[in-house]
Amino acid sequence: MAGLKEIRTRITSVKTTRQVTSAMKMVSAAKLKKAQDAILQIRPYADKLHQILVSIGASLEEVESSVYTRQKEPDRVLVILISSNRGLCGGFNLNIAKKAMELVHSKYSLQLRLGEVDFLCIGKQAERQVKLRGMKVVESHHELFDHLDTAHVYQLAENVMKMFVENEYDRVELVYNQFLNAASQLNSTEQFLPVEMENEEETKQFRDYIFEPSKEYIVQELIPQSLKIQFYKALLDSHAAEHGARMTAMHQATDNATELIKDLTLQYNKVRQASITSEILEIVSGAEALKG
Amino acid sequence: MFLEIITPEKKIYEGEVKRVRLPGSKGLFEMLKNHAPLISTLRKGTIRVIDENDRRHTFEVTGGVVENKDNNVIVLAESD
Repeated sequence: MAGLKEIRTRITSVKTTRQVTSAMKMVSAAKLKKAQDAILQIRPYADKLHQILVSIGASLEEVESSVYTRQKEPDRVLVILISSNRGLCGGFNLNIAKKAMELVHSKYSLQLRLGEVDFLCIGKQAERQVKLRGMKVVESHHELFDHLDTAHVYQLAENVMKMFVENEYDRVELVYNQFLNAASQLNSTEQFLPVEMENEEETKQFRDYIFEPSKEYIVQELIPQSLKIQFYKALLDSHAAEHGARMTAMHQATDNATELIKDLTLQYNKVRQASITSEILEIVSGAEALKG
Repeated sequence: MFLEIITPEKKIYEGEVKRVRLPGSKGLFEMLKNHAPLISTLRKGTIRVIDENDRRHTFEVTGGVVENKDNNVIVLAESD
């Protein structure tokens, strides 16, 4: 059995760790609140915009007219992987990296063999994971999380869109953690480009509308806008999910530390008691020996 | 007529209104109650809202899109 002093040192060290994890939990909780507000604000906007776009788009005869909807053979693929800059958030980064690997290995295995799959990483953790698996990272934008605002994000989105239009890539996939609630994230993959126009029933709903200036103009105008919003939303989603994941992970860690301290204290008391008992026993038996 | 003005950052207006004037791509236009269903893009300009109590609200936008359907007006606005 370990000595008293060792146990005492361990208790102190676990207590310090618990202090750190619980502080990190608080910080994440505060940041989560802000990130959560941001994502919940943008969702109705993004959904509405998407709905309008899909509905009008479906009623158009020449959907092909936009440069962003053009379907091409996916010879060159760009995967945009969004993770976090920092670790200590449970399986958050690993899971999303795995999801991305799954995607390229199943859907784009041919392109992968030809070395035509490139990664654009947002978040240091993503980049590390991707490089570890021997994939090619063409660009990384870790600074985006420092100032998560529309100006910076739109700029990157526009760059990606430009690369697609200029045929540098034929397919762009977006892999990120979608924020469900503080404790759970959904690993999601979306096809970012080309835009897929669904031919749904919704078309009818828009038949009687007046369009100003014209359907075609609106679609041309809205597609890039919608793409940028989609990109921004993915980042906000991931950002909120990250803080949620970290909060949960740190909560777990704090609980574990508390449990550990309880066990160690119990063990400490047992050892202390045992040593006292044996001391008394020694004294008593010593006294007995003198009497005899 | 129920009006919502949403930007990517937040909802900037929500409530019953009497009339709303919007900077459409083809020019300024105003919508009153029972307007026909409409979708229009917006350009840079000012949205002027007259609410139920005849109070005036103005919002600057740089672009966006508006949808009107069954007396529900949703403005997806972009602003700086």
